[in-house]
Amino acid sequence: MSAPTEVLFDAPGPKARRNNVILSIVSTIVLAGLIAWIIWKFADAGQLEPEKWYPFTFAQIQLVLLDGMLATLKVAAVASVLALAVGVVFALLRLSSKRIISVPATIILEFFRGVPVLLLIFATFLLFGNTIGPFWSVVIGLTLYNGMVLAEIIRAGILAVPKGQREAAMAIGLRPGQVMSLVLMPQALRAMMPTIVAQIVVLLKDSALGFIVTYQDLLYQVNLIGREYNNLLPTFIVGAALFIIINMIVASFARWLERRLQRKTTADVEGEGLTTAPVR
Amino acid sequence: MDFLALLELFGSGVWGTVKLFTVTLVGSLVLGTILAAMRVSPTPVLRIAASAYINIVRNTPLTLVMFFCAFGLPFLDIRFGDSSSFNSFVYATLALTAYTACFVAETLKAGIATIPVGQAEAARAIGLTFNQTLTQVILPQAFRTVIPPLGNVIIAMLKNTSIASAFNNRELISAMRNAIELRGDLVIPILFGTAVAYLILALILGRIFSYLERKLVILR
Repeated sequence: MSAPTEVLFDAPGPKARRNNVILSIVSTIVLAGLIAWIIWKFADAGQLEPEKWYPFTFAQIQLVLLDGMLATLKVAAVASVLALAVGVVFALLRLSSKRIISVPATIILEFFRGVPVLLLIFATFLLFGNTIGPFWSVVIGLTLYNGMVLAEIIRAGILAVPKGQREAAMAIGLRPGQVMSLVLMPQALRAMMPTIVAQIVVLLKDSALGFIVTYQDLLYQVNLIGREYNNLLPTFIVGAALFIIINMIVASFARWLERRLQRKTTADVEGEGLTTAPVR
Repeated sequence: MDFLALLELFGSGVWGTVKLFTVTLVGSLVLGTILAAMRVSPTPVLRIAASAYINIVRNTPLTLVMFFCAFGLPFLDIRFGDSSSFNSFVYATLALTAYTACFVAETLKAGIATIPVGQAEAARAIGLTFNQTLTQVILPQAFRTVIPPLGNVIIAMLKNTSIASAFNNRELISAMRNAIELRGDLVIPILFGTAVAYLILALILGRIFSYLERKLVILR
């Protein structure tokens, strides 16, 4: 709990403590009632009967779900790597001192950053889907969008590196390319790592969109199994749990990384730099 | 299928997106504020419930949330109207609201943390209760400080309305798919037009938020 939340109310006295207990009980009852209502609804629709959950004991079904999960992770992994590459390239293009390079790069970046990622996936799928297939359509769509967002994050990181670093690097005779690759970029990437990982989580979540362009990912398999065995909700819950667990692992990795990086000496990025939030 | 008819199709698509967006905007601001208030409340049960909800839904892809609302709720016999198009609309806005509210709540909580401690202390010193402190002192200031990040959340939500197209909703992307079915020879202009429509909507929103920021934001 951060400090301000504790400041919002006094240390409870006897009356407040009593009120708190009453409120706790009431809210527990309300929440429990809500959960009970959901479970009752499930039972009412016959979704809780053992035979609806029985298919998950089949090795076949488990394999199909695992396949779907791997397909989702594959898209996310390939797209993350490509998006990072695109991000670094576009960050550099935007920072270029030549306007003829930086202005078109800015326009392209703002264009791809401003449209829904689904539109990009659709566009790739409609234009090149026949030759490259749904996998690469999803990957390219995710790469274009997230690459541009990452480019903005990396650019903010580079701009937030103290000026003295760049000046010192130039003073000892490094070429501009060396200044960037040996001095500025490592510090920027390191300082921005938590934000970058948070954006990767966003990418991972967006990879679920593949189902819309018939990519056979986790959600696609969930839909298929659910319709086949008429147990859509149990299958959905299993699929959602898989998704949420993967995302929570990556998200907690981001938090761990943030804490760890705070311990070490990093470039001094206060103010604008670190506040670039991931774009969902 | 001439140009005018295409334009009309797109007009109805934009209208659908704006409808989805407006209802979700109101819903997610309300639900987000409630969630944020729960997270800072003195009742541990409410705090735990809110943070559990936020953590779970925030880590779920919106596609999954919408999948549940669009396919799961009718399965549970939860319906909102007679026509299926209205039902799809409600399911989509429910999913978008449930999802976006988490990010609104997180942003607001970050805003509450930036309010100087003295404000809450002063409010308590003059005998305001938790509810009064929150609604009359802290939240009005928190809302004003978080306008820029809130703008990002809202613009992201505008783009997220596109996902509703996969679940029987009439909006920009589904208008685009219709248009492409009708005029297969114009694929690239139609795609480009859709992108421009989204960019214009996002630009308008950005303008509104920078106006609000100029008018309302408290610099600290």
